[in-house]
Amino acid sequence: MIDPLTDMHDDKPSARRVYRVSELTRRIRGVLEETFDEIWLEGEISNFTAHRSGHFYFSLKDSESQISCVMWRGRNLSMVFRPADGMKVVAFGRITVYEQGGRYQFDVMQLRPAGIGDLQAAFEALKRKLDAEGLFRQEIKKPLPEFPERIGIVTSPTGAAIQDLVSVISRRYPPAQIVLAPVRVQGDFASEEIARAIRQFNAFQEVDVLIVGRGGGSLEDLWAFNEESVVRAIAESEIPVISAVGHEIDFTLSDFAADLRAPTPSAAAELVVPDQNELMTAIKHLSLRLQQNFSGLLNGYASQLDSIRNSYVFRDVSSRIREYEMRLDENERRFISAMEQNLDVRNLNLSVLRGKLQAMHPEQILKRGYSITRHKNTGEVIRDASEIHADAEVITQMAWGKFMSTIQSEQEE
Amino acid sequence: MSAKVKNEMTFEEAFYKLEAIVDQMESGEISLDASIKTFEEGMQLIQICTGMLEQAKTRLQQLTQDDTGRFHLEPLE
Repeated sequence: MIDPLTDMHDDKPSARRVYRVSELTRRIRGVLEETFDEIWLEGEISNFTAHRSGHFYFSLKDSESQISCVMWRGRNLSMVFRPADGMKVVAFGRITVYEQGGRYQFDVMQLRPAGIGDLQAAFEALKRKLDAEGLFRQEIKKPLPEFPERIGIVTSPTGAAIQDLVSVISRRYPPAQIVLAPVRVQGDFASEEIARAIRQFNAFQEVDVLIVGRGGGSLEDLWAFNEESVVRAIAESEIPVISAVGHEIDFTLSDFAADLRAPTPSAAAELVVPDQNELMTAIKHLSLRLQQNFSGLLNGYASQLDSIRNSYVFRDVSSRIREYEMRLDENERRFISAMEQNLDVRNLNLSVLRGKLQAMHPEQILKRGYSITRHKNTGEVIRDASEIHADAEVITQMAWGKFMSTIQSEQEE
Repeated sequence: MSAKVKNEMTFEEAFYKLEAIVDQMESGEISLDASIKTFEEGMQLIQICTGMLEQAKTRLQQLTQDDTGRFHLEPLE
């Protein structure tokens, strides 16, 4: 028994239920839009109409099929070539379903010529346009850091470019860190990925310089670096950008927009970091200068010290010191001689004195015939005859010997 | 100079500082006391610079962004 209600939310279309038209269209829309979300589509333009509203309507066809396309006004404003019937193009966009009309169409977001001649024409046209906008001006070029600590690289993780960059950078300047934002560098999604990676690095901020590039290839291989989105991302980058696309003869619009153009990824690596051997030489030179200047400075101080020591002031002081020393010596000499003289004088006086003393010694006097008379009892010297009276006993000392006598009478004057 | 300062200094900072020190020393307008300190600092910076060049090894990382828009660096190789 058929029960539409129970099958309502069954994902698989079923013969057991009846769909409404809008229901089926919505299912188809979901399937198509999910399956063909953002694809590149190649074909030839036919029935091209630029509507006066500004929208482009056309079909893309190949030998077997065709699909209707629309490119809304906002998206075709920045185009650098004029689409025309018969032109081979590559379109980027997605399938949309117009439910009311029951039609599906390709909603084109980007359109570019597919043929080489058309590519070259588009290249020249875009170059003129961006040049006129001032994206390639020398004045807006940013200086590169002298010693980048962190280098951001936008390239393929599997190409030769990243290997060259890593080997040259790590050989030349080991302190550098490399941060890779892996992208496809050719094919249909390349330009979106490259432009997004450049913007990501600018949002991340923590790199000092960017290298955007890939190894050499054909004009079509390098085409992503001519895409407007990539060129604008480079020109708008706050971080200085070195472009490193292909071999030396290839110029891309990215090269014109970059702050510095390197002909190859290896050359970019040489330009982005200093060479450690040159730095070592520079450091040795600085070291030499430092030591020479320091010892020069020390010698300068030493000779300054010498000249101060020899200056008038110090010379004067020392000569005065010497003068004092001389005077001191002189005084000492004088003092000593004075002392000596003094002693001589005293010695002389002493001998005179001694002579006098000797001459005055009682013995000497006694020898000259004098004698000393004392009281026998008291031993006192008798100087006055009135001190004695009759019968007093006295002792008289002579130079040689003494005798005792008794006083007979007092002498009468 | 402390070990902290040494670690935080980039090659660029160390190299420019060394140049400035040599210039200062060369100008001769420096006291004896200051010149000894400056000389020692200069010799240290020379060691730091040459050490960085001789011992550093280039690191390769990949930039990724999560759903919240936050950036991460993941080691490569």
